[in-house]
Amino acid sequence: MKLRYFAWVRERVGRGEEERDIPPDVGSIADLVAFLKTQGEEYEAAFENERVVRAAIDRIHVKPNASILGAQEIAFFPPMTGG
Amino acid sequence: MAVRLQSEPFDAGAEIARLTKGRTDVGAVVSFTGLCRADGETGAISAMTLEHFPGMAEEELGRLETQARERWPLLDCLIVHRYGRLVPGDPIVLVIALSGHRQAAFEAANFLMDYLKTSAPFWKNEESESGSQWVSAKVEDDQRRNLW
Repeated sequence: MKLRYFAWVRERVGRGEEERDIPPDVGSIADLVAFLKTQGEEYEAAFENERVVRAAIDRIHVKPNASILGAQEIAFFPPMTGG
Repeated sequence: MAVRLQSEPFDAGAEIARLTKGRTDVGAVVSFTGLCRADGETGAISAMTLEHFPGMAEEELGRLETQARERWPLLDCLIVHRYGRLVPGDPIVLVIALSGHRQAAFEAANFLMDYLKTSAPFWKNEESESGSQWVSAKVEDDQRRNLW
């Protein structure tokens, strides 16, 4: 699965995007965050305050309980500050 | 549908002239331009860089425009958002709403800005003498959006 990161989430993870194999028992965004936090200290740092980090599945905003089944691309980013 | 992302500056007057040219049904044009301030969210700044999520930013702004058109009788609508490095005084965002009567255009432009700030995937990184810093989202922005 393609994962993308933006702003300070990108800086903490240390890359803007990556392809990653996701275990089959990872069903939701919250599960995916929990899984990523086991993948190294850069992910622990990025998701340190995981309730702050937002997610999008295939470029649509989703909540942490959203299913990732069938997702092509998942993005993680801080609350938005445009405008 | 008109949503545009660009790194170069925009000309609000030229955009309004283009949108209204040849039309006789437009009674109201409301435009909002957001500028980069020297007293930024993180203190006195020398520049800011707007990061965005290409693809999603355009799509999300398009979804907001669709919602605005469903809620108000708009004759036309334009959202322009810049990305990249900007300095104080530079324009950042432009929203223009056209309607027969003023109320719809005022409300739609206000709605679009409130939603854009909290749901369009852009992030500001401000530069100052002490380095660079990501801008934190403001609770008041969420509260304003939730009033709609």
